[in-house]
Amino acid sequence: MTDSALTATTGRHTSHGDTAPRHGRFRSGTGALFVTPYVLFLVVVFAVPLGYTLWISVHRFYFTAPGTHADAPWVGLANYRDVFTDPVVGRAFLNIAVFLVINVPLTVLLALVLASALNAKIRFRTFFRAAYYLPYITASVALVGVWQFMFGTDGFVNHLLGPHAPDPSWLVNSHLAMPMIAFFVTWKQLGFFVMLYLAALQNVGAELYEAASVDGAGRVRQFFSVTVPGVRPATTLVVIYAIITGANLFSEPYLLTGGGGPDHASTSPVLLMYQKGIEQGHPDFAAALGVVLVGFVLVISLAARKLTERGN
Amino acid sequence: MTASITNTDGSATGGVAEDVPAKGTADRVRPGGRRGARGTAGTYLLLTLGAVAFLFPFYYMVVGSLRTTTTGDLSSAVPGGLTGGNYTAVNGAISLGRSLLSSGIMTVGVLLCTLVFGVLAGYALAQLHFRGRGTVFAALLLVQMVPFQLLTLPLYVLVVRDYGLGDNYIGMILPFAINSTAVFLFRQFFLQMPQSLFEAARIDGAGELRILWRIALPMARPAVLTAMLLTFIGPWNEFLWPFLVTKDADKQPLAVSLASFLSNLQGTVANPAGALLAGACVLAAPAVALFLLFQRHFTSTDIDSGVKG
Repeated sequence: MTDSALTATTGRHTSHGDTAPRHGRFRSGTGALFVTPYVLFLVVVFAVPLGYTLWISVHRFYFTAPGTHADAPWVGLANYRDVFTDPVVGRAFLNIAVFLVINVPLTVLLALVLASALNAKIRFRTFFRAAYYLPYITASVALVGVWQFMFGTDGFVNHLLGPHAPDPSWLVNSHLAMPMIAFFVTWKQLGFFVMLYLAALQNVGAELYEAASVDGAGRVRQFFSVTVPGVRPATTLVVIYAIITGANLFSEPYLLTGGGGPDHASTSPVLLMYQKGIEQGHPDFAAALGVVLVGFVLVISLAARKLTERGN
Repeated sequence: MTASITNTDGSATGGVAEDVPAKGTADRVRPGGRRGARGTAGTYLLLTLGAVAFLFPFYYMVVGSLRTTTTGDLSSAVPGGLTGGNYTAVNGAISLGRSLLSSGIMTVGVLLCTLVFGVLAGYALAQLHFRGRGTVFAALLLVQMVPFQLLTLPLYVLVVRDYGLGDNYIGMILPFAINSTAVFLFRQFFLQMPQSLFEAARIDGAGELRILWRIALPMARPAVLTAMLLTFIGPWNEFLWPFLVTKDADKQPLAVSLASFLSNLQGTVANPAGALLAGACVLAAPAVALFLLFQRHFTSTDIDSGVKG
């Protein structure tokens, strides 16, 4: 019923030049119709908010009650000036750098080693895969709860370490809070990257290992000369995901280290956007910070792609 | 596949060559089959250490949630003094049933929207020709790289302040309504289907909706299952967005109410750590159960296809 109604509308769209087969051109309107809800979704959830952020970031913007209206005067780059001169913003970006310095090498190394081990002919492979993947599919909030308890001042880890426990404890120590967040995220997401590398390893030909072996390369040498270059595209993806995760950190600093504590030592840009924008009512500042963060993500991602793909 | 065996032989690190039957080492690596191929003890040690590191917090979570008094000392790692009291306690503090219902409504809403609109979009992108198809596909790839968190502030202003959808399920569902990864999966799957099948149906006069519903979708069941599983864990585990849009405790999904228990309600129960771990178990359980049931479908194969290049 509806089908015929849908196809009936297609006539209007057939005029433009399209290299598609005949039936395709005929169904042109149906295709556009099928994809419309998704396009509307992209516009409402991505395009409009992106444009709106840019607009807010160059105005003095206040929250108003639903239905009421307040003037938002143009202020040029004043919000950006505020963002760049705020020391806590600097601290948040520095924290992301700390996060990346720990998370990226650790993820690449551990995921690649575990994926190589899984790639060998072993028993219980399904069990190991499931075990590694489990934290990745589990809610951050649940896992943060467990970590907070385990790494608390009177927690299991400190009891295990006895006199060697750090003081102040892990999550309230200004030197350890951010590294702890990096370790938590590495642990939580590692399974995903193990699977990514495992898939990439299927493309590294066995003959390469045989050739290396004939040339007298040992196991370690083979790992660095055959495996590592063989999975380079996956490594690029790991690095880009890590940057995006770093730029997105919110639940971990908000919950694991109690609001980016101690004293902003583990704060993140998104946490600041929440605190400044919504808690303290400066959405214009938060919008400018968001734009800066997007720029930062783009630049670092491009640089990382250049770096990891060098030599290809 | 056999690469690692070859290199084990080459470096002679105690690996047993394929054709040589294991002599006295049968206690450690029992013959796994006619071929007798197996990894080395070192590989197993590594994998086991990894498994312990990944699984211990889960084990600790379950054990701690069942103890009468949950402390951090070493004895807390072994089960003892079993009780269900922590579940009752956390239920009293944040009302688990109602929180689960909220989580459920939000997740099901996202699943339904993704299933209906995502399948339509995926099918159109794979099998139909229309102006702007390339642009839509490029946008689909692009939005998967946009960190969602960066859009939360303007979305919050729009959804909560302008549209007045705070404490509303529509507001909770909206930003996740159609999962782009799922659309991508649907497209890839429909792309692999033989053209001739669709041609025949079209010649018979079937409309596209009918072809999609009667031919394409039944064949795409595995892709649909994978996409639904991937889509499920997003809204179920999401914290930031529902945290922003729900101020009313009666509307908060479990991730949000558990987080508020974590930050400021722990003092209200007798065994706070136990109650927290009990809540964490309840939040984790559905995703873990689905994962264990459908493990094969959770593999990231389709996401990897871009990597394999």
